[in-house]
Amino acid sequence: MKGGDEEVAAPAGPPQPLDWKFSQVFGERTAGEEIQEVDIISAIEFDKTGDHLATGDRGGRVVLFERTDAKDRGLSRRDLERTDYPISRHPEFRYKTEFQSHEPEFDYLKSLEIEEKINKIRWCQTANSALFLLSANDKTIKFWKVQEKKIKKISKIIADPSKAVGNGNVASSSNSNSPKSFLANGVSPDRSCNHLGNDISFPPGGLPSLCLPVVTSQETNLVARCRRVYGHAHDYHINSISNNSDGETFISADDLRINLWNLEISNQSFNIVDLKPANMEDLTEVITSAEFHPAHCNMLAYSSSKGSIRLIDLRQSALCDSHAKLFEEPEAPGSRSFFTEIIASISDIKFAKDGRYILSRDYMTLKLWDINMDSGPVATFQVHEYLRPKLCDLYENDSIFDKFECCLSGDGLRVATGSYSNLFRVFGCAPGSTETTTLEASKNPMRTQVQSPSRPSRSLNSITRVVRRETLGVDANGNSLDFTTKLLHLAWHPTENLIACVAANSLYMYYA
Amino acid sequence: MAMIDEPLYPIAVLIDELKNEDIQLRLNSIRKLSTIARALGEERTRKELIPFLSENNDDDDEVLLAMAEELGVFIPYVGGVEHANVLLPPLETLCIVEETCVRDKAVESLCRIGAQMREQDLVEFFIPLLKRLAAGEWFTARVSSCGLFHIAYPSAPEALKTELRTLYGQLCQDDMPMVRRSAATNLGKFAATVEAPHLKVDIMSMFDDLTHDDQDSVRLLAVEGCAALGKLLEPQDCVAHILPVIVNFSQDKSWRVRYMVANQLYELCEAVGPEPTRSDLVPAYVRLLRDNEAEVRIAAAGKVTKFCRILNSELAIQNILPCVKELSTDSSQHVRSALASVIMGMAPILGKDATIEQLLPIFLSLLKDEFPDVRLNIISKLDQVNQVIGIDLLSQSLLPAIVELAEDRHWRVRLAIIEYIPLLASQLGVGFFDDKLGALCMQWLKDKVYSIRDAAANNVKRLAEEFGPDWAMQHIVPQVLDMINNPHYLYRMTILHAVSLLAPVMGKDITCSKLLPVVINASKDRVPNIKFNVAKVLQSLIPIVDQSVVEKTIRPCLVELSEDPDVDVRYFATQALQSSDQQMMMSS
Repeated sequence: MKGGDEEVAAPAGPPQPLDWKFSQVFGERTAGEEIQEVDIISAIEFDKTGDHLATGDRGGRVVLFERTDAKDRGLSRRDLERTDYPISRHPEFRYKTEFQSHEPEFDYLKSLEIEEKINKIRWCQTANSALFLLSANDKTIKFWKVQEKKIKKISKIIADPSKAVGNGNVASSSNSNSPKSFLANGVSPDRSCNHLGNDISFPPGGLPSLCLPVVTSQETNLVARCRRVYGHAHDYHINSISNNSDGETFISADDLRINLWNLEISNQSFNIVDLKPANMEDLTEVITSAEFHPAHCNMLAYSSSKGSIRLIDLRQSALCDSHAKLFEEPEAPGSRSFFTEIIASISDIKFAKDGRYILSRDYMTLKLWDINMDSGPVATFQVHEYLRPKLCDLYENDSIFDKFECCLSGDGLRVATGSYSNLFRVFGCAPGSTETTTLEASKNPMRTQVQSPSRPSRSLNSITRVVRRETLGVDANGNSLDFTTKLLHLAWHPTENLIACVAANSLYMYYA
Repeated sequence: MAMIDEPLYPIAVLIDELKNEDIQLRLNSIRKLSTIARALGEERTRKELIPFLSENNDDDDEVLLAMAEELGVFIPYVGGVEHANVLLPPLETLCIVEETCVRDKAVESLCRIGAQMREQDLVEFFIPLLKRLAAGEWFTARVSSCGLFHIAYPSAPEALKTELRTLYGQLCQDDMPMVRRSAATNLGKFAATVEAPHLKVDIMSMFDDLTHDDQDSVRLLAVEGCAALGKLLEPQDCVAHILPVIVNFSQDKSWRVRYMVANQLYELCEAVGPEPTRSDLVPAYVRLLRDNEAEVRIAAAGKVTKFCRILNSELAIQNILPCVKELSTDSSQHVRSALASVIMGMAPILGKDATIEQLLPIFLSLLKDEFPDVRLNIISKLDQVNQVIGIDLLSQSLLPAIVELAEDRHWRVRLAIIEYIPLLASQLGVGFFDDKLGALCMQWLKDKVYSIRDAAANNVKRLAEEFGPDWAMQHIVPQVLDMINNPHYLYRMTILHAVSLLAPVMGKDITCSKLLPVVINASKDRVPNIKFNVAKVLQSLIPIVDQSVVEKTIRPCLVELSEDPDVDVRYFATQALQSSDQQMMMSS
């Protein structure tokens, strides 16, 4: 569990680059297999403990995975700690359950089809071993409870209709499952016995012939129940949901508004940010992503299509149209082009676990911001600089509007994000770190690196970056960069060096 | 398995259905749990039914909620108070479930049972349960435990009391905000059972922790605790410990906390006494009335009257009234609306002179407010001002406002004002109800919106009730009947509806002489919808008028309609005829 962290503690400087290995794949495609649109995974999220992983797909389904080694630990976590058990195994997951979260709908008032595609999944506080999560499509958020339920078998029935032969009236009424009517009316009018009225008296010792049903079988199965549906609050498409640290509220953001909900109340929400101008022609930017601070219940950040991140303080006022802090990178003079504004649009933001840093992803870069420094990012990582000459092509085929997600490691030392050709990149963001790794979502993640003539060595990083760019360019020439296989969604395990990422309908996991 | 005697069969089914697949049947059985218990007898209820319920607690939340509720009144069925403790285990498990409403109900039932339990049983069973919950692994258990301390504490021996106080202190510092919120919510109840010396030390330190919590959601619940604790403490302690906290809260960074203070502040005034109120709370309240955040001003404005009632009129005029003036021109309509809904109550507090001099201009400006909600709120409370300043002064400014609202382009606003008209009529009397308002009432009958016409018809009826048939004959009936000649059939239909409503109020003479001819005339209408409505109205008139009139006028008309070419007209005419037949049979 501490593999990487121990090296961090060493005063020697930045942590060693991680050696990533393939761990698992779910839903792997066989060669030539066609991908079904509904199977494409569109959301991914680890829960807070990292014991569970949820994915959502375009077909509106949510699939849950659970950590297999965590279950063993759970039994005797204390023993394991005491015996100084060497944890050599990397975390492994297995399929747990799945359920249909959203169905396609039609909004008759607006003549709009509402896709079932899951845009976001967020885990909520666990209670009593029941798992809770929020899932959202374009318009509706649902609150799910997933719980193991005992399958009940009743082994003993007292009011067995077959035993009551001759009481045709009664037996048939219980057979036909309509006891409500005869409970209300008594067994039958001619016998006029209102046994169930509250005024009748039973013998003081009770009736010995009655007994309770005996329930056996301890088999369990997982049941997902939708507990609440938060709907009709968004005119535009929901792009983010985020839980508050207070455990009772969450936000949902669409292109122009952010709403605040109480988990217990599904019929009202409060609008806290509203960018909608009186005249839609004055619209200059939209909200692209929003997230609550991990610890401060009053702070929340949202990003915009203009490349800025705003931090707002819910304490200041009820409607937070004025931000507390604005994070924006000043534009480099002379660099402006037709694409400048398009590629500046931030597709995702994430708070680091400690809440001090915010990671943002725009089309070309990952940026790390210190919330105490609004003059510019503390670090910028080029994700696929070799695409810059191709922006025109990317604009033509709409790829330039792809929304890549980003993630941070639990220790906050590394960041990761996806790119095209099912590649994703991991960068070290600790001061002095020059770690950059490119992996491919396949069983052989380092394939691209093996091909590259010089594997990055720590001392020559600046050179290797250049070299790599070239090698990828070569690779692009040779293999032709594939803009259709893009790795949009990925998540970093909250406590371990494990990345789960999505290539179309497949879920790959890598560990280090 | 024993054969079930016939009369027991329903009970047996009920018991079996405790485990039925169908949730409705399970719910039904759980709701009849007391019947099952009585059938089983006290001993078997204790030994079989209750353990059975404890084991089968992974049911749906609806069933668990019903179970939690039933168990709260189950003491008689388990053999009385001396056996009450057997009810604790199933409720304990219900205190841990994830669904908040089930837990709340289980806590409520536990409190109800605990309040009846004998002291030694509380110590032997209830307090250990409480301690288990408070140390529970899941936050749900700890959340529930907070609501049980006030039941357990009074019966606990001294050592246990100390332990319980420590436990509660830990809950106030729990990792989970949910637990701290529950601790904050229940602090007042718990504090009420704690002895005075501990109150000042232990409880106040817990309170202190909560007031400094990072989570806004916890701090704002601590605000509620202020008032509760304030009432328990001696005034001087209250001034020393609570007053600074509330003054601090009134300047909290978070508007939600200030909002809570604005809502609660008046409750604290009594606890601290008049002098600190004047020196500290009034300035705090004035600050809230002028808060930057509209939500806070809304809350503060809504409490203006309650706050002023505690102060003397001099203080109110000096400090609060200037703020009220500002609020009446506030930029937020919701603030003005909140103010408008309570400001009328200030009139009796300030007395006639101050009301006329200071308050009346504010009323008038609110009555002219551009937002209808504000005006409506004023109008709905007019009686309070009427008592102070009299009708003449009021009516001059009131009428234009009403007329404006009556013609508002939002039909919901028109609807709201119509619904106030009978109230206004009863408050202000017939003298106020001049031709102007009468004309308005008629105008609504011709509104474009059905709901308005419907409400207008009702309004006409209620006015007739309020002022009597004679007044109605002069001011309402002729005008209404005039409109039966309207070229549009929908308006004619409205009049028919109004007639059917008016008839019972006006009595049989006026009905026969004035209303009935109009209805009979309408039966010749060219629109079938009118004709079958005539049939319906005639049916409603039958019980009102004399039998002779029915025979002479109503029945011939209905007979004619029952041969109408239109099927619906025939149907309703036949129905009316049948009902008149029945009427005759009954009377003969």
